[in-house]
Amino acid sequence: MKVVVDLNRCQAYAQCLYAAPGHFALHGKEALVYDPSPDEAARGEIERAVHACPVRAITAFSDAAPKDGETR
Amino acid sequence: MTAAPARIVVVGASLAGLTAAQRLRERGYAGALTLVGDEPHLPYDRPPLSKQVLRGPYSADTTLPRPPDLAVEFRLGQPATRLDLSERVVELGNSSRLPYDRLLIATGTRARPWPNPEEAALAGVFTLRGRDDAQRLGACLQAKPQRVVLVGGGFIGFEVASTCRDLDIPVTVLVRDAVPLAAALGPRLGGLIGEVARERGVDLRLESEIERMEAENGRLSAVTLKDGARIETDCLVAAIGTLRNVEWLEGSGLEADAKGLRCDAFCRVLRADGRVAEGVFCAGDIARWPNPHDDDALVAVEHWGNARAQAETAAANMLAGDTSAMRRHDHLPDFWSQQFGLTIKLVGLADGADAFAVMHGSLEARRLVAAFGRDGRTIAAASIDSARWLPAYKAAIRERAPFPPITDAVDQPGIRVQEP
Ligand SMILES: Cc1cc2nc3c(=O)[nH]c(=O)nc-3n(C[C@H](O)[C@H](O)[C@H](O)COP(=O)(O)OP(=O)(O)OC[C@H]3O[C@@H](n4cnc5c(N)ncnc54)[C@H](O)[C@@H]3O)c2cc1C
Ligand code: SF4
Repeated sequence: MKVVVDLNRCQAYAQCLYAAPGHFALHGKEALVYDPSPDEAARGEIERAVHACPVRAITAFSDAAPKDGETR
Repeated sequence: MTAAPARIVVVGASLAGLTAAQRLRERGYAGALTLVGDEPHLPYDRPPLSKQVLRGPYSADTTLPRPPDLAVEFRLGQPATRLDLSERVVELGNSSRLPYDRLLIATGTRARPWPNPEEAALAGVFTLRGRDDAQRLGACLQAKPQRVVLVGGGFIGFEVASTCRDLDIPVTVLVRDAVPLAAALGPRLGGLIGEVARERGVDLRLESEIERMEAENGRLSAVTLKDGARIETDCLVAAIGTLRNVEWLEGSGLEADAKGLRCDAFCRVLRADGRVAEGVFCAGDIARWPNPHDDDALVAVEHWGNARAQAETAAANMLAGDTSAMRRHDHLPDFWSQQFGLTIKLVGLADGADAFAVMHGSLEARRLVAAFGRDGRTIAAASIDSARWLPAYKAAIRERAPFPPITDAVDQPGIRVQEP
């Protein structure tokens, strides 16, 4: 999967940490760090985190492999 | 420009380019959509590169999430080399020609190279802008260099220095100015971050510049400073700013130079003669636009949030038909940085402030919100580990509230207005 967090929006509510422990963590009081490329097996947890975030800062999609001819 | 576009080309396959592509599809654009990028990678995110990618433990793959039904044709590893406005064609390095009805220019910036090319070419000398740079620098850090020297007193330099300290690598930061981060945060907050860096073991040298580098077998071995000091090092990162990727637009007739690619409030690119270039838009780090929050002063904002917001505006306006249906790009600049375990956020532009006040918390506690004023109006606010307060200040900046703003909130110290 691929994940990105809009850290301008994120207010360190930590809801994502509870929903997907191991994929989101706080470094210090407010610095959110996250796995930008978690394993597909984590999909359920990541989707829970997306919905748990009160400011909708997280976007995640399953890896979309470029289709034939899509690249180059 | 009223017919619906059938072919849209986006040059620059990064944050702004991908965001625009997504918004075009969300707004129902069903025509051909091509994303051209000179890097071989699918669009990826840059902010983690100077923060977590070098430190681990998470994946170094920061490819941006992409909806599976985006239906874009990527042309990657291939630079755009020429733009012909009259024929409405973009030419690529491999001589292929891409015709467009609408064009988005989002070629961003690149790291400013170290000015001495011989020194820049030494093994052990790095810049950091892209994924490949992060990978090379990461490999150097994994090999535990004896010391990392960072040149430049900006956010990227401090973020890398912070990461090096996390990895227990000795670090020297060389800053040309008297205070680090002052252009963005003003001397008080910049000074505070400098203090924190020193406490975390960074050898911070202010008003300090490199005289020359020494090498052994093509590999960096030491630097000599202008004050005569000599530092042994096998890893140096030059984080000395950016250059705009405008060279490929030479001869196109567009108004593009080192300050950026000039566009109007609707993200429409302007020609050198001031007329709008039909069908051509721009967004992100490359764009220079009239900022309504600063009396329409022309600014280029090299921040993640602007790249996204401007791409959204440009995408909407590309499909708008005519000017009356277009919307202004009136994004209030915002920015975050993470270093030494602190989160720093900024809204507005603090550059040019003449007044400063701590609104919540304190400099001593290193947890605070500060506001910046100019001519009696509120122009920016910054937070350190107190981001929850910022939205209120964002509103005050948009309204140009008298400075100091919001003086009756709970949890506020006595507000003292001082020089920034
Ligand atoms: C290490 C690092 C850390 C950062 N941290 C933060 C942060 O914490 N907070 C924040 O707000 N911002 C941060 N930024 C800034 C943010 O990443 C940028 O503002 C954002 O990437 C701008 O997006 P863009 O799409 O406009 O341009 P870019 O990301 O610069 O993308 C432009 C793309 O166009 C390509 N290109 C250039 N010329 C051509 C050509 N002729 N043909 C085809 N392709 C071309 C480039 O190779 C590049 O891939 C950081 C940047 C870096 C480098
Ligand atoms: S839940 Fe949202 S706001 Fe809270 S820490 Fe996670 S991303 Fe940030």
